[in-house]
Amino acid sequence: MTELWQLTKLIRSKNAGPFKLTFDIMFRNAKGLRAVLKSGRLSAELFCQLYGAPLDKVQFFVLEPLLAIKVTIPRPVFSGDLNDNDVYGGQFHGPLVRLVIESTESCTRE
Amino acid sequence: MSTKKVKAIAATGNLSTGFREESLCRAARGAADFIGCDAGSTDSGPYYLGSGSARGAREVTKHNTSLILREALQAEIPAIIGTAGYAGGRPHLQWMLDIVRELARENHWHFRLAAIDSEIDKEDLVKALHAGEITPLDPAPQLNEAVIRGAERFVGMMGVEPFQRALGAGAQVVIGGRASDVAIYAALPLLRGIPKHVAYHAGKILECGAASVAQRMYPDCLTAEMDQEGFTAEPPNPEMRCTVQSVASHTLYENGDPYLLVESGGMLDTSGTQYQAVNDRAVRVTGSRWVPFDMYTVRLEGAALVGYRSVAFAGVRDPLVLRQLDSYLEDLRRVIEKKVSDSLGWKREQYVLSWRVYGRNGTLGALEPEKENIGHEVGLLIDIVAPTQALAAGILSIVAHTGLHHPIPEHEGLISNFAFPFSPPGMDAGPVYRFCANHVWRLSDPLGPFAMTMEDL
Repeated sequence: MTELWQLTKLIRSKNAGPFKLTFDIMFRNAKGLRAVLKSGRLSAELFCQLYGAPLDKVQFFVLEPLLAIKVTIPRPVFSGDLNDNDVYGGQFHGPLVRLVIESTESCTRE
Repeated sequence: MSTKKVKAIAATGNLSTGFREESLCRAARGAADFIGCDAGSTDSGPYYLGSGSARGAREVTKHNTSLILREALQAEIPAIIGTAGYAGGRPHLQWMLDIVRELARENHWHFRLAAIDSEIDKEDLVKALHAGEITPLDPAPQLNEAVIRGAERFVGMMGVEPFQRALGAGAQVVIGGRASDVAIYAALPLLRGIPKHVAYHAGKILECGAASVAQRMYPDCLTAEMDQEGFTAEPPNPEMRCTVQSVASHTLYENGDPYLLVESGGMLDTSGTQYQAVNDRAVRVTGSRWVPFDMYTVRLEGAALVGYRSVAFAGVRDPLVLRQLDSYLEDLRRVIEKKVSDSLGWKREQYVLSWRVYGRNGTLGALEPEKENIGHEVGLLIDIVAPTQALAAGILSIVAHTGLHHPIPEHEGLISNFAFPFSPPGMDAGPVYRFCANHVWRLSDPLGPFAMTMEDL
């Protein structure tokens, strides 16, 4: 069983302005990126599920040369609004870190 | 076509965070054309724009500014600072100008200073709204005449043109209100004939200072040497290095789209950009595209007062309380609402009482997928926002006392359920604002709302 963080150099969330959140997931190698894409676990649908974003507002980018996946969603609550808990948006990635990638092959080694 | 190169120095990613003096000196004494620095952002939330306060200690900003001005004046190159005082409103700009004038006085420096105002008068904004010049971005809060008049402050994010006017008028030091980070760095190179796709992409890489190096141990400077084809990014600090990966991935940071960067008047497209290592510390960037727009728009930012906040923090360790925490807090809320209504005469619709339960879902709130996983203790942040500070404090005092002794069925007699680490348990956190605009304003003149004043110091 492999978790997402075992395949990555960086998993982060951050404001892209006060109204959007962006997630950058940078992989250690192409094999890890491929394994995650193949698993289908990290998808636009997952971001709808986790963060309540409407599917048509999820921007999902695969940046193969950078070994990265980037996802941008509308902020569940605008930065600094009364119900916001994270002004910089820096901890929204928490639930992604230990995401189980359903792959039996060892993808941590290139 | 000009063959001249333009070398830009970004002092750091944010003026208040600083940089190494040696790095700036090394860069500025190596044939540079200007020093730029961004001093603000919306990243820290709506408070700064709303309140008119600058972020960070004045002494720190003064120290950092003095190094930038000293090096710029010595090298006889312009210094350009954008988004003064963190939010770039009128009080922020004045705060920064006071620092600059004070430095000039204390150091016997003489230079021509340009100040560019970016605060938008509400009446002008109402007129622009009625003229159909204001368009929402997605997502955006509702902006109408009532919201505009009720808001605290609006700023427009200037593009390169107001900076270029200041430089054209002979300013050696330019202090801008709210500005596109990229515009700070693109303005002068464009005046000197550097193509837009080069100047804007270099600006994007420079805007966070040394953030686009491989391992940024501390905030520091970055340089970019631009020519007709592209630019070369290199940190002046020998302990840092730019790599293809670090420079290429910087366009991702705080940017919703990895390839497209919208600026006033057009968009930078980096989908075909090539990154090439010049050596083990410098990266050459070519092949970006600039896509001009038909319309010239500037982004609007606004902040409105929501109320005044008082907060308290309490630990809860009793397992019997923890196992019924939700019902306990709901029950407690009902008792509090009744007390506030009875003793202060305020109804629950007139203030906001919220708890953040750290140790359970304080960070993600309702989105927390593991909120059933409660630990052996939780931290309870009690948050009151009310129309006046006195009322917020008054309600907080009721919450603290009521919560402390609120019973559970398993314990008989008077219990004390909240472990307050401080006396008094709570504190006043001051005015609370919200961002009330995410819109663009179509301008017929890019200089339109950005008034400039010049003074010779």
